[in-house]
Amino acid sequence: MKVAHARRIAAVLLSSQYAYMLEYRAEIVLWALSGVLPFIMLGLWSAVDAGDGLGMSSLQLARYFLAAFVVRQFTIVWVMYTFEEDNLNGRLSPYLLQPLPLVWRYVAAHLSEQATRLPFVAMLVGLFFLLYPAAFWWPSVSAVLLAVLATLAAFALRFLMQFTLTMVCFWSERASALERLLYLPYLYLSGLVAPLALYPEAVRNFAFWTPFPYMIDVPARILAGEPVAVGPSFAAMAAWAAVLLPINLLLWRRGLRHYSAMGA
Amino acid sequence: MAIVRAQGLGKTYRVADKQPGLAGTLRHFVSRRERTIQAVRDVSFSIEPGEFVGFLGANGAGKTTTLKMLTGLIHPTSGTVEVAGSVPHRRQADFLGRITLVMGQKQQLIWDLPPLDSLRVNAAVYGIEPAESRRRIAELAEMLELGDELRRPVRKLSLGQRMKAELLAALLHRPAVLFLDEPTLGLDVNAQARVRSFLADYNRRFGATVLLTSHYMADITALCPRVLLIHEGRLFYDGSLETLTQRLAPCREVRLELHQPMGAEAFASYGEVEAIEGREVRLLIPRERLTEQVGRLLADLAVVDLSVSDPPIEDIIGRLFHQGALA
Repeated sequence: MKVAHARRIAAVLLSSQYAYMLEYRAEIVLWALSGVLPFIMLGLWSAVDAGDGLGMSSLQLARYFLAAFVVRQFTIVWVMYTFEEDNLNGRLSPYLLQPLPLVWRYVAAHLSEQATRLPFVAMLVGLFFLLYPAAFWWPSVSAVLLAVLATLAAFALRFLMQFTLTMVCFWSERASALERLLYLPYLYLSGLVAPLALYPEAVRNFAFWTPFPYMIDVPARILAGEPVAVGPSFAAMAAWAAVLLPINLLLWRRGLRHYSAMGA
Repeated sequence: MAIVRAQGLGKTYRVADKQPGLAGTLRHFVSRRERTIQAVRDVSFSIEPGEFVGFLGANGAGKTTTLKMLTGLIHPTSGTVEVAGSVPHRRQADFLGRITLVMGQKQQLIWDLPPLDSLRVNAAVYGIEPAESRRRIAELAEMLELGDELRRPVRKLSLGQRMKAELLAALLHRPAVLFLDEPTLGLDVNAQARVRSFLADYNRRFGATVLLTSHYMADITALCPRVLLIHEGRLFYDGSLETLTQRLAPCREVRLELHQPMGAEAFASYGEVEAIEGREVRLLIPRERLTEQVGRLLADLAVVDLSVSDPPIEDIIGRLFHQGALA
């Protein structure tokens, strides 16, 4: 596929998906609102005053959880649920017959959904600083750029991981249960409920052998101005992608062989 | 040279075999049983470029499974298939650009956006330049009698308008081979006629090859000089529609509404009594005697209403297979 052709497909897919997401803007706002877990955790940690004892001030905690909220908003992945529904309703078939790998439609849908929720996330961040002005900070330009890069990488890794699990939809009609199962380790090891710096050392060391900390904790700490081993973190993300990608491609090929075009 | 060629095509599915009720559910949970379904068996045929072929068969006969194998959506369990010079399930971009599949009950248009948005996506995916895609959309829209509907959200369109927009989306890349699975399903009589006339026009204008399945005999009679007949996964007939009609539906169905109810014996001299419900009677009358017998019925009996139709294709096929006429 030529670059100009790919660019045109990307532009058209993104603009049409963005138009589609705007039709569901109210639902997307509600989804964004439902992602305020980091703020709840901030309230809990502040109430027990745990941060100070473990090396993070309450201000650092507030900035971390705000950054975690922002990173979470742009790394939410729901491809498995959509794919499962499309498979059950027979909507996959027309797309499988077009000369465009199906995954790009879902990637475009996710990116468009993120663009739709962007203004609302900005409003919530503004509200946060209004209620907690002491927590306000200007991250450096390099920190912002690095955080954006880390968030994009985190999104790509999370998408790849879920899309690999999604391939189970070719064999099972309720494969999304797997994603729900995976949500627990994601919740505890990603840094959504607490910065990994506050975890016991053994748990923290274990966590960094999994892909989860790179999905929230690492980009959030970069954005919040906390020290991060940037090189090893990006290397770990690349390593996980290198493990998942061949599995994904293998399962995709096997899945297509098994595909029975349900509901069609 | 044939553009569609299937040789000994077969497809087998494994499906769960579960008894109803709680006991059946528990048994199935503990020891899951499956059985094998042979959806398509040893099907062979070929289609020349530009042919318009009807694909007939009762529900579950194997029509859609065969279409899915011809398009490459599913892999055959046995046999070989070649469409437009490619093996479909390899799904090469060149092959995908030369075929289309339209399924009456499935849609590719984005539900909440106007069809034009989906058409823009399709044009980009198939690499059709914007000016050329606008020209094609205008041409196809004119053939389909679509106008402002292309700017209205799909969810606001009637079933007929939606189907026409689906056809437009499926044909924008000007495929050489069209697989149409019940494209007129659920449409009213006028919309069916418009879709039929569009398909005939498209076939003439672009020399496209079409394989059409439909439960509406009118679709088949209007469009398909040749038909394939499939039953329980096997191909039973491949030939002209005329010969098939004579073999399958030598009779037409006459529905009468009478002034007074009458017994079956009163109709013995007119044709075969299919059913009697109160004042309503359904008769099967041989085609060659239809005019004469309808004249007699109107002259002899107190008829309030009378209509003549082809019996549903499924009934005809079912009856003939039951009688072993084609076996």
